[in-house]
Amino acid sequence: MDRNLTHVALFAALIAALGLIPRFELVPGIGITAQSMGVMLCGTILGARLGGLAAGLFVLVTLLGLPIWSGGVGGVALLATAKVGFILGFPVAAFITGLIMHRLPGPIFFPAFFASIIGGMGVLYAFGIPGMAWGLNKSLAEAATISLGFLPGDLVKATLAAVITATIAKARPAAVLSRG
Amino acid sequence: MLSLTSPIPTPAHHWPAGPKLLALTALTFVLFLPPPGWPALLLGLATLAAAALVARQWRFFGSWAQLFRPLLPFLVLLVIWHAITETPMQGAVVLTRMFAAVGAANLMTMTTRLADLQALMLWVLRPLAPILPTKPLSLAIALMIRFIPVMADRAAQLSAAWYARSPRRPHARLIAPLMLSALDDADHVAEALRARGGVM
Repeated sequence: MDRNLTHVALFAALIAALGLIPRFELVPGIGITAQSMGVMLCGTILGARLGGLAAGLFVLVTLLGLPIWSGGVGGVALLATAKVGFILGFPVAAFITGLIMHRLPGPIFFPAFFASIIGGMGVLYAFGIPGMAWGLNKSLAEAATISLGFLPGDLVKATLAAVITATIAKARPAAVLSRG
Repeated sequence: MLSLTSPIPTPAHHWPAGPKLLALTALTFVLFLPPPGWPALLLGLATLAAAALVARQWRFFGSWAQLFRPLLPFLVLLVIWHAITETPMQGAVVLTRMFAAVGAANLMTMTTRLADLQALMLWVLRPLAPILPTKPLSLAIALMIRFIPVMADRAAQLSAAWYARSPRRPHARLIAPLMLSALDDADHVAEALRARGGVM
């Protein structure tokens, strides 16, 4: 219990710390940051339940007003912007990533890569695109076109998440709770 | 860093957080009620102007205005989009709505202490207590807020060590060691919690 709690808090902090790393904006307004990689890592390392809780804790604290969303913003105001879908999608994305990680056999890298793509990209886009469509007052197809710009960066992040998960599995096998 | 709450005291700092959040929700709902057109535009502009006047009255207009910065890219994108599609009214309504809702929400965030909001949130989440017990949740929030500067410090140490040995930039290579040391920290904190009687 204590260990689960500190891991959830730690990974929530990790998502926040990754958002503070300098970023560049490919699509205006919704920057390419390492933050969604933090969500992937929550799922691949902590597993579905704890990973989802960690991402949920991050979202909760962001909405409470800590400026930890990428670019140093926070507060309930974020729910009135085009980022709303991504914000609400974070916990679900981490949960699904963890679920796939549980189910897929084989050495760590490929399941982690695959889980990051389905959960950290597929599920996150499924939430993010309607959010952008609503926030920018565009159709779903237009919002989907805009979000195509994220694809290359997200593929890099999924690869990195898989490499990092494999590294951690090697150095601290007991820490990869999704495979425990 | 942490928390957007304004250090400049205002009367609103003493208002209870619950009614403030409720009023904000109602205001946002009303903002999005009228379809795009003159009434919607005027309502958005009026709300934004009112929020600006209040911020000025409370003498934190500057820091309040700065919080709009993340919206600027949206501003550019929407102006270009609606100029091309020749729908200026729709664009103006979308923009004023967004700025009014964000401006009002930031007023609330700036005048409400994090601890008050946290207490409110724990109260709202009470029905979920069987799934999401409040005591561990509030401890997790506190721990997370404490972990953020710890991780930032650790990341700074790791990049200093990298720069001492390499002329190249570290990029993502530091994330794995950062996580390893953070995982060890988390284990130590868990042990410390257990030594003090544990969470439950």
